[in-house]
Amino acid sequence: MRPRPPWRGARRPRTRSAASAFLDTGGVRYRAGAMILPIPSGTRDVLPDEMGELRTLTERLRAVFSEAGYGEIYTPALEYEVVITRGALGGARPAYRVFDENGEVLVLRSDMTVPIARLVGSRYQSSAPPLRFAYFAHCYRGVRPQRGQPREFLQAGVELIGAPAPVGTAEAVTVLCRALDHAGLARYRVGLGDAALYPDLMEALEVPGEMREHLLRELAHGDFVGLEAAVGELSIDERSRDLLLSVPQLRGGPDVLHGPPGPVADAVAGLRAVHALLAPDVAERVIFDLGLSRAPGYYTGAVFEVYDPAVGMPIGGGGRYDHLLGQFGRDLPAVGFALEVEKLHQALAAEERLSEA
Amino acid sequence: MSIPTGLTIAVPRGALFEDTLAWLERLGVSTGEVRTNDRKLLFEEVGLITMRPSDVPTYVAAGAADIGVTGKDVLMEQGNSTSGGTGREVYELRDLGFGRCTMVVASVAGPDRAAEALRRLGVIRVATKYPRVAAAHFERTGRQVEIIEVKGSVELAPLTGLVEAIVDLTATGTTLRENNLVIRETLAVCTARLIANPVAHKLKAAAIDDLLERSRAA
Repeated sequence: MRPRPPWRGARRPRTRSAASAFLDTGGVRYRAGAMILPIPSGTRDVLPDEMGELRTLTERLRAVFSEAGYGEIYTPALEYEVVITRGALGGARPAYRVFDENGEVLVLRSDMTVPIARLVGSRYQSSAPPLRFAYFAHCYRGVRPQRGQPREFLQAGVELIGAPAPVGTAEAVTVLCRALDHAGLARYRVGLGDAALYPDLMEALEVPGEMREHLLRELAHGDFVGLEAAVGELSIDERSRDLLLSVPQLRGGPDVLHGPPGPVADAVAGLRAVHALLAPDVAERVIFDLGLSRAPGYYTGAVFEVYDPAVGMPIGGGGRYDHLLGQFGRDLPAVGFALEVEKLHQALAAEERLSEA
Repeated sequence: MSIPTGLTIAVPRGALFEDTLAWLERLGVSTGEVRTNDRKLLFEEVGLITMRPSDVPTYVAAGAADIGVTGKDVLMEQGNSTSGGTGREVYELRDLGFGRCTMVVASVAGPDRAAEALRRLGVIRVATKYPRVAAAHFERTGRQVEIIEVKGSVELAPLTGLVEAIVDLTATGTTLRENNLVIRETLAVCTARLIANPVAHKLKAAAIDDLLERSRAA
């Protein structure tokens, strides 16, 4: 039996705060002439009904993280830009910058992975790995106007530092699935790929260096038409062309790991090794996806994304970043993931609607 | 007899409508009701929804439709493949080949007023329905422009002296010719594209691959 969404069956608290005197939840009434002071687009106020549900949800995630041995930490929302962009491995670029009173540039963090890498380099210089950290923190990104994208969003995630592939990867995927199960999400799937797979393939097929970035960008954008056009211009044989186009389209059950030939053997063997370590109920959630690539450039190996049919974009994701920690003074392999709590909440609400229908 | 695709497909009304329906027919999707009923928007039994072409990426990106057909011009303008950030709100799976148009810079026949404006005033005024595409093109080619977005017939703008040039989509060039406009530059060739929601592309991989396979065979 699948767990019930955390707030189902429980009586919603009836709160009568000052705010609810203005905003009646059963049919929103606006008081004529009331002063409405705006907040930036992409940000929002959270009122008690939603906050209660979000709190229940994060408590459930926290219980799983804690049970798995991940200690919760918090880092400042503001960091020095020179520190956070160190290594220039192309994480999500911070969108908001301010000068402090000394003229230093401060940025609002765009994810938690880089701040945790900094934290490990500075505060855990001699601790024996593996280190396990969990976090619940708001992150900030620039938005494109009128797309309903948030500037500020809550991430819940873990970082497992000093545990190499495949064992560390399998642990992260397992914690991810346990957390989603415990949250009550029923229909999710985890896409699992490898960030090194396509670069390996291009290397093996001797794609000229200057073209590789272009092909990777087309792939990251999901522009298969552009990819086909770019591959068509390469002076390589027909079979190589075919591989460059067909391999990233391979996605599905573990059988996709048995098809692909030589050039991607290493990456695929890595995925097979992860698969072998997963418990059956976790493994059946996984979609192997040889075309999966994720935006931050710091990923070096396995990458994963969480999908739910109710939400049109991934509700979370993560991967291995074996070279990032070295930029911050502690050269350890690492893996982690982040769930976007508000999107997870949307997915749960959609399932709830579905089961009531 | 319709072969179910198991997908919700966004179909563009307008210039791509007929070709899209013909393509769907070749895949075995029955489109009779869509053709005969032009008020209805949602055809659940065959998994089709109809909308204006520029809305197709919006529905597909949000997952309200799994896949859809729209023009490359729409994708270029909405910045799917050129945007920064994660930049992959929809996947572009296949060039369907039909609905072929060219994105051009045009101005009134005779001496090019756009070139003159650039030489004497340092800036060209350009009317377009594609402000992002137009701005990117002139920026790339190092010319300063003032983009004026219009919603209706773009051809009117240079004839009335509102602007010196336009950026617009043309299929045959007839409308341009009839309005005494000539093509000065070609930006891109645009055809209909099959796009997919990134999550549907993973969760409904078999259905989408099957459709691509049928499309290749058709």
